[in-house]
Amino acid sequence: MQDFLDNFANWESLLRVYPLLLQGLIYTVWLAVVALPLGILAGLAIAVLYSFKNRWVNIALLIYIDLFRSFPVVVLLILIFYGMPFLGLTLGGFTAAVLAIVLNNSGYYGEIFRAGILSVPHGQTEAARALGFKPLHVVFSIVLPQAIRNVLAPLASNSLELVKATPIAALVALPELLRSARVAQEQTYNPTPLMAAAVIFFVILYPFARWVARLERQALKAR
Amino acid sequence: MDRIVEYYFNAEVIAGAFPQVLTGFRTTVIVSLLIIVCGTLFGLSLALLRCANLRPVNFIITAYVDVLRTLPQLVVIVFIYFGLPYLGPALSPFATTVLALGMVLSAFSTEIFWSAIMALPRGQWDAASALGFSRLRTLVTIILPQAIRLAIPLLTNRAISISKGTALGTAVSLPETLGQAQSVMALVANPSPLTLAAAFYLTFFLPLVIASRWIEYRYSTGR
Repeated sequence: MQDFLDNFANWESLLRVYPLLLQGLIYTVWLAVVALPLGILAGLAIAVLYSFKNRWVNIALLIYIDLFRSFPVVVLLILIFYGMPFLGLTLGGFTAAVLAIVLNNSGYYGEIFRAGILSVPHGQTEAARALGFKPLHVVFSIVLPQAIRNVLAPLASNSLELVKATPIAALVALPELLRSARVAQEQTYNPTPLMAAAVIFFVILYPFARWVARLERQALKAR
Repeated sequence: MDRIVEYYFNAEVIAGAFPQVLTGFRTTVIVSLLIIVCGTLFGLSLALLRCANLRPVNFIITAYVDVLRTLPQLVVIVFIYFGLPYLGPALSPFATTVLALGMVLSAFSTEIFWSAIMALPRGQWDAASALGFSRLRTLVTIILPQAIRLAIPLLTNRAISISKGTALGTAVSLPETLGQAQSVMALVANPSPLTLAAAFYLTFFLPLVIASRWIEYRYSTGR
C-alpha cells in the first residue's frame, strides 16, 4: 500500500509539477472548446445538405461520412501533421489536432443529424411548404428542433467522445494534459503526474458521462 | 499536381514500404479482433454478473464501468504502459493495447447489455416465474435473446469505434499499420507510406462501417 502511495499519490512530486499539469489542462480545454462547435456545425451542414435530396450530392455526402468514420482520428492527425508539410503547408500541433478531430467528427455528427432528420415524418415538411415556408426555414424551425430531440442521446455521446479524443494531440507534441503529465513523469521519475492527469480527466468528464448514460438508457427504453 | 503524385502516391516508395506496412496491418487486424472478442465477452459476463444482484459486486462493476467509460482511451493506454510498471510487471505494447482497449470496450458493452436487459418489461420476468421458470433459465432463454437484439446496433458501433483505437498503440510503439508507415516515412523522407496506411485502414474499417449502417437499419425497421 505504501508502495502504491509513494508511486501514484506522491505529494512531493505533484507539488513540483502542478504548474505543468495546469498549463496542460488549459490546452486540453481549448482543444475541446474549439473543436466541439466546429464539429457540430460541420455535421449539421452535411445533414442539412443531405435533406435537400439531390441524388448526386447525397451520394457524395454518404461517401464523405463513411470515409471519415472509417479513418482512426490518429491517422488523420498524422497525415495532416506530417504529410501536409511536403506540400508546403505546415500546421501547428494545435491546428492539426483540431482539424483532425473536426474532420473525423463531422462524419459522425453528419450521420447522427441525418438520422435525426430522417426520423421526422416527411408530411411535416410538406405541410410547412404548403403553408408557404421557405425550404431553409422549414429545416431550421420545423424539422431540426424535432430531429435534435430524437437523436439527443447519440449527439451527447459523440460530444463526449470528441472531448475524449483531445489527448491524441500529445502525439504531435502539443503539451496538453496527457503530454504534460508524461513530461512531468520523466522529470520526477514518478508516475504520480500520470495518475493526477487521469484523475483530472475523470473528474471533469464524469458528470457528462453520467448524463450520456442516462440519455442512452432512456432512448433504449423508448424503443 | 506532380508534387501531389510525387509525395503522396509515389509508386516506387509505396512498393518499397508495402511489406513493412503489411506486417503492421496484420498486427492491426489481430489486435482489433482480440479487442472486439475479449471486450464483448467480458462485458456480457459482467452484465450477467450484475443480474445476480449482489450489492458489493454491483458496486465494483459500476465503478469499473464508470472509470473506463469516462477516461480517454489514450490515457488508459499510456497509464498502463508507463504507469503500471512501477507497481507490477511491464506489459508489451501488444498486451497493453489489447488490455487497455479490451477493458474500455468491456465497460461500454457491460453498460449496453445491462441497459438492454433493463429496457425489457419486468412483466416478462414475472410471467416466466409464474410459468415455473427459474431465474437463470428466464435470463438465458427469454431475456437474453431479446436483450442482445436490442444491444446489437449500439454494440457494433461501439466495437468499431474502439477497435479503431488500435492506431493509438503507436503512442506506446506498437508496430501496427500507422507506426510502420511512419517509420518508413522517416527513412525515405516521403509521406506516401501514410497514404498506403490510410488505404489499409479503409479496407479494414470501411466494410465494418457500412455493415454497421446496414445493421442499424435492419434492426430499427425489422420490428
